[in-house]
Amino acid sequence: MKQLLTPDVTQQIKEVLKMMENPIQVILFTKPDCDTCQPTLQLLEEVSILNDTITFVERSLTDDKAEADAYGVSYAPTFVILDQNGNFKNFRFNGIPAGHEINSLITALIDSSSTKPFFDEKTLKRLEKVDKDINIKVFVTLSCPHCPGAVSNAFRLAMTNPNITADAFEAQTFNELSMKYNVSGVPKIIINDQYEFLGNQPIDAFLAEIEKVK
Amino acid sequence: MFEFNFDTQPKNTFDTNEVYDFLVIGGGPAGLNASLYAYRLGMKTGIVTYVIGGQLKNTNDVDNYMGLPNDSGSGLTQKFINHIQQFQIPILEDVYVTKVEKLDELFHVYLDNSHIVKAKTVLLATGSVPKKLGIPGEQMLNAKGISYCAICDAPFFKDKHVVVAGGGNSAVESALDLANWAKKVTVIQRSNFRADKILLEQMYANDKIEYMIQTKIIEIHGKTQVEGLTILDNKTNQTSYFKADGLFVAIGMLPNTAYVNDLVELNVYNEVLVNHQQETSVKGLYAAGDMVDQPHKQIIIAAAEGAKAALNANQYLKYKGE
Repeated sequence: MKQLLTPDVTQQIKEVLKMMENPIQVILFTKPDCDTCQPTLQLLEEVSILNDTITFVERSLTDDKAEADAYGVSYAPTFVILDQNGNFKNFRFNGIPAGHEINSLITALIDSSSTKPFFDEKTLKRLEKVDKDINIKVFVTLSCPHCPGAVSNAFRLAMTNPNITADAFEAQTFNELSMKYNVSGVPKIIINDQYEFLGNQPIDAFLAEIEKVK
Repeated sequence: MFEFNFDTQPKNTFDTNEVYDFLVIGGGPAGLNASLYAYRLGMKTGIVTYVIGGQLKNTNDVDNYMGLPNDSGSGLTQKFINHIQQFQIPILEDVYVTKVEKLDELFHVYLDNSHIVKAKTVLLATGSVPKKLGIPGEQMLNAKGISYCAICDAPFFKDKHVVVAGGGNSAVESALDLANWAKKVTVIQRSNFRADKILLEQMYANDKIEYMIQTKIIEIHGKTQVEGLTILDNKTNQTSYFKADGLFVAIGMLPNTAYVNDLVELNVYNEVLVNHQQETSVKGLYAAGDMVDQPHKQIIIAAAEGAKAALNANQYLKYKGE
């Protein structure tokens, strides 16, 4: 099978993954009759072998339903990450992390292996006060250079506060969902299916919308 | 599908307590090239920015940067980053600058994360953002069929009919990008085309692209999505309804100068006034790239202005005896 990552990109990723701190496990949920499942599987396999701290497993969305449910996974392909203690990192990437979204994948791997805070003290204090269940959806396209920034912000919020979950949706794979949420511009960020905004906005913009949730 | 544009790089730690000789605000071509020159001159150099690449990343094809033909905006950005990474120039990303002040011969650069970075000289290189049409319907239908980034949002318009507003290089490039997805693209320009001949020839040769010049878009219609436009024919002064599924606006840019409005002199377009040395009205404060008062917003010009600013900042510090 032809390698997806070019030797040049493989080398770059290998170099960047030297920032990995602790072991993590990446779990990809797939299903039959899914165009992007096979290339996503191959891509994650190619990336995961580039650093010893990454363990990669494939699961079936239907046959491993209990595990999918435990991580709130209801689509395929979807990958989630567990930290060294087996804790779910509270985010899901739905679709194929190709194109610009390779950045979302690599950042998610490194962030999940880190124990350092992602935000300054002021933001952390504000984030501590979020006590409602929050779900952040970020719709992206593979050709969008601004989208990985929004995905990373959403994932970092989810990794910091246990009340927050985050879902990135690659809009071409999940076209019907994109239409349901009236997405025609990306990155589109939707909080609890209620509040939405557009663009790679600073973390304060995410918090401002999150704080609106009653 | 696997055109990877990898831009996560190990960054040298940026020290906010350091006093920099030359602090660059902005991570586009002007700022990156300035940092390269400043570092090579031996100045203690740092970059603060929200993102690396700036507007350049919104461009699919770049074919006018000498020595690097047929590249993409992201590809060229990557080459710039790789070049400056060789020198471990510290970069602080994900921050916005809220204010710049000059106090006791030192610039104080206020960041939105509450930190203040001090520097002996500063380069403003924060570029610009897309200009809006400012017509009825635009605000309500923003992101509901109206877009300012063709490469980001083109996939949502597969087999649809979209309009591009504008007549410069960005508008024609957007039309060419969109033609890969849309059923039909109509470029509407209120005057005549200003784009490069080579781009116009590509547009004329593309069967999917039509165009209307001397035509102004005066209203955007739709309930939950763009459904059509009211257009005005400048020659006949007649208005008509034009059915469209989407509108991509590429009519120019607005400079990001709000954080220095009270500090430097600006022209009527809010662009920073600079002299031939890229000096602003404040000694030791330079500006370069799309935010300054020169009409040709080009990658190579922005990069060159960044180099000039660094060279002149170095002279300025030497002249001061530093």
